[in-house]
Amino acid sequence: MATRPQIFRPGTNTLARVSIFVGALIVVEILLILIVFFRSNYWRQVHIAIDQPVNFSHQIHAGVVGMDCRYCHASVAQSSFATIPPTETCVTCHTQVKQNSPLVQPIWESLETGKPIEWVKVHDLPGFVYFNHSIHVNKGFGCTECHGRVNEMPVVWQEQALFMGWCLNCHRNPEKYIRPVEEVYNMEWVRPPNQIALGQKLVQEYNIDVNRLSNCYICHR
Amino acid sequence: MQRYEQIEPIEPIIGPGQTYATITERISSIPLTDLRQTPRGWLVGFAISFSFLMLFLISILWLFARGTGIWGLNIPVAWGFAIINFVWWIGIGHAGTLISAVLLLFQQSWRNSINRFAEAMTLFAVACAGLFPILHLGRPWLFYWLIPYPNTLGMWPQFRSPLAWDVFAISTYATVSLLFWLVGLIPDFAILRDRAAGKLQRQIFGLLALGWRSSSRHWYRYEMAYLILAALSTPLVVSVHSIVSLDFAVSQLPGWHVTIFPPYFVAGAVFSGFAMVLTLTIPIRKWYNLEDFITMKHLDNMAKVMLVTGSIVFYGYLMELFYGWYSASVFEQYMVLNRMIGPYAPFFWALILCNGVIPQLLWFKFFRQNIPFLFVFSIIVNIGMWLERFVIVVISLHREFLPSSWDMYTPTFWDWSLYIGSLGLFFTLLFLFIRFLPMINIFEMSMLQFSENEKARRREARRVQLAGDTPEPAQMA
Amino acid sequence: MTMQSPEERVDLSEIRTRLAGATGQQYWRSLAEVAETREFQEFLHREFPGGAAEWDHSFSRRTFLKVMGASLALAGLTACRYQPVERIAPYVNAPEQIVPGLPLFYTSVATSRGYAQGVLVESHTGRPTFISGNPEHPASLGAADIFTQAEILTMYDPERSRQVLNNGDKSTWDAFVAAIAPHLAELRRAQGAGLHILTQTVTSPTLASQFRALQSAYPQVQWHQYEPVGYDNVRAGSQLAFGEYVDTLYHFDQAQVILALDSDFLFALPGSVRYARDFSNRRRVRRDKLESNRLYVVESTPTITGAIADHRQPLRASEIERLTRVVAQRLGVTGVNNAELPAGIPAEWLEALVEDLQQHRGTSVVIAGHNQPPVVHALVHAINQQLDNVGTTLSYIDPVEVNPGNQLESLRALTTAMQAGQVSMLVMFGGNPVYDAPVDLDFANALARVGTSVHLSLFVDETSARSTWHIPAAHFLEAWGDARAFDGTASVIQPLIEPLYGGKSAHELVATLMGQVDVNGYDIVRNFWRSRGLGGRDFDTFWHTALSKGVIEGTAAPPKQVTLQATEFPDTVAAIPADELEILFQPDPSIWDGRFANNGWLQELPKPLTKLTWDNAALIGVATAERLRLRNGDVVELRTQGRTLRVPVWIAPGHVDEAVTVYLGYGRERAGTVGTGQGVNAYRLRTSDSLWIASGQLRRTASRYELVSTQDHSSMEGREIVVSGTLAQFRSNPEHPPFFHGEHEYRSLYPDYPYDGPRSWGMVIDLSTCIGCNACVIACQAENNIPVVGKGQVANGREMHWLRIDRYYSGELDNPRVYFQPMACVHCEKAPCETVCPVAATVHDDEGINNMVYNRCVGTRYCSNNCPYKVRRFNFLQYADLDTETLKLQRNPNVTVRNRGVMEKCTYCIQRISAARIKGEQANQPVLKDGDVVTACQAACPTQGITFGNLNYPDSEVNRLKAEPLNYGVLEELNTRPRTTYLARVRNPNPAIEPDMPAGEHHGTETSPHSVIEPEMPADGHHGTE
Repeated sequence: MATRPQIFRPGTNTLARVSIFVGALIVVEILLILIVFFRSNYWRQVHIAIDQPVNFSHQIHAGVVGMDCRYCHASVAQSSFATIPPTETCVTCHTQVKQNSPLVQPIWESLETGKPIEWVKVHDLPGFVYFNHSIHVNKGFGCTECHGRVNEMPVVWQEQALFMGWCLNCHRNPEKYIRPVEEVYNMEWVRPPNQIALGQKLVQEYNIDVNRLSNCYICHR
Repeated sequence: MQRYEQIEPIEPIIGPGQTYATITERISSIPLTDLRQTPRGWLVGFAISFSFLMLFLISILWLFARGTGIWGLNIPVAWGFAIINFVWWIGIGHAGTLISAVLLLFQQSWRNSINRFAEAMTLFAVACAGLFPILHLGRPWLFYWLIPYPNTLGMWPQFRSPLAWDVFAISTYATVSLLFWLVGLIPDFAILRDRAAGKLQRQIFGLLALGWRSSSRHWYRYEMAYLILAALSTPLVVSVHSIVSLDFAVSQLPGWHVTIFPPYFVAGAVFSGFAMVLTLTIPIRKWYNLEDFITMKHLDNMAKVMLVTGSIVFYGYLMELFYGWYSASVFEQYMVLNRMIGPYAPFFWALILCNGVIPQLLWFKFFRQNIPFLFVFSIIVNIGMWLERFVIVVISLHREFLPSSWDMYTPTFWDWSLYIGSLGLFFTLLFLFIRFLPMINIFEMSMLQFSENEKARRREARRVQLAGDTPEPAQMA
Repeated sequence: MTMQSPEERVDLSEIRTRLAGATGQQYWRSLAEVAETREFQEFLHREFPGGAAEWDHSFSRRTFLKVMGASLALAGLTACRYQPVERIAPYVNAPEQIVPGLPLFYTSVATSRGYAQGVLVESHTGRPTFISGNPEHPASLGAADIFTQAEILTMYDPERSRQVLNNGDKSTWDAFVAAIAPHLAELRRAQGAGLHILTQTVTSPTLASQFRALQSAYPQVQWHQYEPVGYDNVRAGSQLAFGEYVDTLYHFDQAQVILALDSDFLFALPGSVRYARDFSNRRRVRRDKLESNRLYVVESTPTITGAIADHRQPLRASEIERLTRVVAQRLGVTGVNNAELPAGIPAEWLEALVEDLQQHRGTSVVIAGHNQPPVVHALVHAINQQLDNVGTTLSYIDPVEVNPGNQLESLRALTTAMQAGQVSMLVMFGGNPVYDAPVDLDFANALARVGTSVHLSLFVDETSARSTWHIPAAHFLEAWGDARAFDGTASVIQPLIEPLYGGKSAHELVATLMGQVDVNGYDIVRNFWRSRGLGGRDFDTFWHTALSKGVIEGTAAPPKQVTLQATEFPDTVAAIPADELEILFQPDPSIWDGRFANNGWLQELPKPLTKLTWDNAALIGVATAERLRLRNGDVVELRTQGRTLRVPVWIAPGHVDEAVTVYLGYGRERAGTVGTGQGVNAYRLRTSDSLWIASGQLRRTASRYELVSTQDHSSMEGREIVVSGTLAQFRSNPEHPPFFHGEHEYRSLYPDYPYDGPRSWGMVIDLSTCIGCNACVIACQAENNIPVVGKGQVANGREMHWLRIDRYYSGELDNPRVYFQPMACVHCEKAPCETVCPVAATVHDDEGINNMVYNRCVGTRYCSNNCPYKVRRFNFLQYADLDTETLKLQRNPNVTVRNRGVMEKCTYCIQRISAARIKGEQANQPVLKDGDVVTACQAACPTQGITFGNLNYPDSEVNRLKAEPLNYGVLEELNTRPRTTYLARVRNPNPAIEPDMPAGEHHGTETSPHSVIEPEMPADGHHGTE
């Protein structure tokens, strides 16, 4: 047997040893990449401005003009659905303002043809999540908590990744995020230094049952 | 006074006339045969099992396409063949580890010729078993939700559920068995490397041998590693099937909610595992004429183990019935009645026949050493163990608390195709194994041969010595 | 792999003898347990018992590739983004009252069977999704029957007609108007001679006035009416008794003793929903209400009315008349003499009955079924007069229908005219005479001789196919109209949606016949009521109240004084020849006369007693089956008057012997993909001279047919499932009724959860008032988007109903006692399903509800295995129809549509709870009270047998009921702590007939293995037969 030629070059040993670690590393790498990707803003479409059929700027309407959210999103306090305003709502103002601006054209078309303006959904929760706007705004959870500073968005984008885990942050300890009801629509609201103290007080006041908030049926049916 | 010592002849565990050279030659020649000289018998066997493997794949494809509704499942019988097969395969997967690890620790050297084989069988059985829990899910693509991992949902699996425990039990068992098997193969890979003709062959075996040079240091480390793994996997033999049995025992269904399940599932597993080893070894030792390595002694020993485990299982059945009656609970009592005279009664009685009555024949040496009988018997036991799971799963489910929901379970073509298909997977792997790897542990056989020779020599010496000092009669003065 | 069931060789007579040996109250079990040894032999040489489960038998099949695509999509492999882009289209001009996301409710009335049923229709942004009863409406009082509720599905049925058809070719409404214009002109000249109108029963005042107008325009126009399940006999009966047509109103809440003669008054009458309510109000027993009414039923076919009866006697329909005479004679009705008691009714039984009736003058009522000849009704009127019941337990009113008369004769007249070629134009408003007219009238043939025939109907059915013109009809949810209820109360039908398929209403069609173009239903109806001068000057207020209340005040018919004129009661009993069987025709419990044949919900609804779905069968009694050696699924040939019909047999315990019942409505040829070809068409045997009761031979054939039933085992196996006892027993010890067994003590390793929040839910179901009418089952299906799975899947035991009604038998084979038990998830506080789910997809919440989180479920099905009540349902295949657009519109937007591979079950209508909870918390009133949350089943129940509410609201009704001594939980001994509990069934038998059992009739005790059997159910699961 001694006469038989060697099968491998001496370096092979090192190679073999290295390969063990490399192999292990590759597995870890792949896992990491997956984890990172599925949490990435790209995958969840966060901070990605979405083109709309109308060049509508929340920055101008909510920010510069300072309109209240509820002027257009009328049912936000009564219903699960915040309402995308019907064309007539736009018309009410734009018969006075910027009637002829090309940007407003789509409104007139929609009004004439009776065809609705098809907005692209920006905050799109999965079908099995039953989110209800009214209960949130009536219990002191501000628009900005989920939607961000819409009044500074020329074109609206998704501010949060809307993970279930993220929802639970708030559902488990609301005191960290709650604010007085009258401040709900206030875009400028910043949490005070004594947020926790204030929060606990408000949670009491609005008798929010924190245990129940993390029940499955609160969001899923 | 007279001192003498009886030296009874012992049954050989290696046939006569074998030397180190012949052992190595005989065993290693099988994987090293040139592809073109592959025996026709092997090709045929492989072709058949491969076609069944294809059936398996098609069934899985259709299953994923249409859903579990292609099976005969319904409410109340929401578990069917998938679970039965899962438990059956897991059971079969027990013999390997038991033979290798436990018998090693008990220093049963006769095991050496069958352990490699049994371990391989274990791996393949576990591979089959591992598939079914996933296939039987309503939404199989979400199986990973059973694994605890940090996720964006803030959710963990529900650890009170035995199904969550299964994930760990089975994956651990599979990993350890694989390591055990691979480690055991290293020295043989080296032998093959050195005997292989073609360069490629040598390189492949070379890589697998991880630079094994049979230095005493290597041997020392090897023995340590092997012993540790053996110690590791021994408790697993008990744990895996205990946990599988909890899938049933934890529920509150009459016929499932039974505290003796863990021990008697383990016994049953060993029982079925040995049955499968017999089913496989008997033909193989014939075809590859390895009678010298897998001798009557092996078969006899395995038969004895089966007699013991079989009796434990039988006892288990009787206890179930007894407690069913003794519980004085309407539901438990009806469960017993339903097993014995209900619409599925034939399966129950067939089970008693296969696993309870027939094994009693093994009390007799005649049957233990009658090879054709052992072969048939091992198959009967395989069927019996499958029936046991059928009885537990289906008969308990189809008639339980509210008579209004009672119903029957009738397997469909796809139930059968998936079961037969899994056999295809098992045998395909097995055929590849016996063709391309040493199915018997070469170096351990050599060591065995050595110790056998030693024993023989010592025995010889002893006889001479005894013959030497016979006392002389005293002289009168 | 299909086998026959063991019963096939089991000899019923042997079982009968065994049964005879046993004493006390017994519960049957399947024959599978009876003849063990034989059965064992049976099975030994079998591989698998039970029929083959065909793996895809039913529902929309998809191509392999499509399926692959679908499943991959499910696997989430197709999305490059985690969700596809969605678009929102807001209104251009938003309607006033609509707030997106909040449902609106509108009143209307359903007119499925001619008479008005008040409904409240839920509408989500313009699409009606759910029909429930209107509490303001006398015929509903908030409840609704299965037909009314299922109408929502019919409205969205994608197979409804969308096209005007001219001899089968696509045409248009305008083309139709243009085409008939000359005809109409001609007819005007001919004073309308040759113009015939065919309608079903009409109760619409507006339509009536339109027809009057039509008559003035065409003086000789003939108006015919035909209803296949009509009340001719009832009308003729009143004619016979009082010399004029009157409707009888029953006040069961006043009736202490009720005798029903082949009358299924809890199901088959226009007022049945209301009657069920009144009946149950008197029926109900509580700790503080220790009395109950007593119901005697003599009937041929087993019905739900017979099932709830305290004393039931099977009697051939043709012998009921004789029995009635006997009763009348015994009560001293003049003009009845030498009547003798029909065999089969024990003399002492009759004695006790008559005794009971006499003791309850003025608080008893006798009622006869619509299949009984006029003279029986006349006799019954006489009996009620004799018992002074008029004015207390029943009253008479002028007929509610616009044009009462003998519909059969009017149809006969029509067909004769048609045959004679005297009909130049026939306009049919709804109905399907080609299918359901008496076979001897040969309507189809006659129709061919009509000049121009016009058929207005929802579907292109058998009649449409043979008519010159087919006009798609508007559903009652789509068009304006009006109708009157069983008591005369009129209501306006207000549409909730534009006609989906451009249908026309009857009003519009009549208007067109009178040459009024482009008038719409709204104006017609509104103008009619304005013309009635109702509401005085302020018509708009009147109109709005009428719409918002759903009834028009003061339109209920006043009681009418009538005097009995009948002096003798001619003997009309037609004896059945000795060598012949009695053949009975009855409306189907699920699809009535066939008009609901294409409604999947109703087709899949298990019939109350047989639990059969998707088929009709020839129902026969046990003794008959025994004599003829018939098994379930044996196809027999019925022959009467030279006509034959091949139909599979189903053995119905309690069915009278020497008689066979065939349900109408099946065997449709052009119903749609759901209804076509299901079952056999009984109309083929139904002749005008024997509409209800025929006589003929029954001959067995070699062939078999697979009938599918959802419950195969009818014995309680001596388990405490339905606890029942008699009123006497309850009275003997109200706090601890003797029919309850020992207390169960509860121990648990887990500490008890306090459930001390503002809300904690519970339900109580009163088994004494459950009549098994299935209303709750349909309500649940409609509310919770429960899919229809098809016959094949039901045969595999995969029906999806979250709420099922279990039916158990006890007692003798020929006349068993029947028990109904609605069973859905009982929301155990210690739920076995929760601990075994590996992914926490089913978990408890702080309000005690067992939540099912579909999107977390991976489908291990372990929860179902561990559920002792087997109330969980699994989507073994893709059952929910994700393709059909209109069906998507019907769905409840607040309930997830479940996909393949997911477990589902009753949620206590969690969507309704959530809505109420959010409303309550916004108003800072977190403690919800009675009525804040009403589950779908609870709302639908005609007898208010289901009570749901907040256990943490101290004086909620559900708390009161749970404190009742009759309250118990099924399988409590398993320590599951069910939140749905039951009130034991309390019967009120006549001690003269059923001496009281002091021990109490307890289910745990007198069950010996051989004593109890179940003849009709093979052991092979859902496969009734093979």
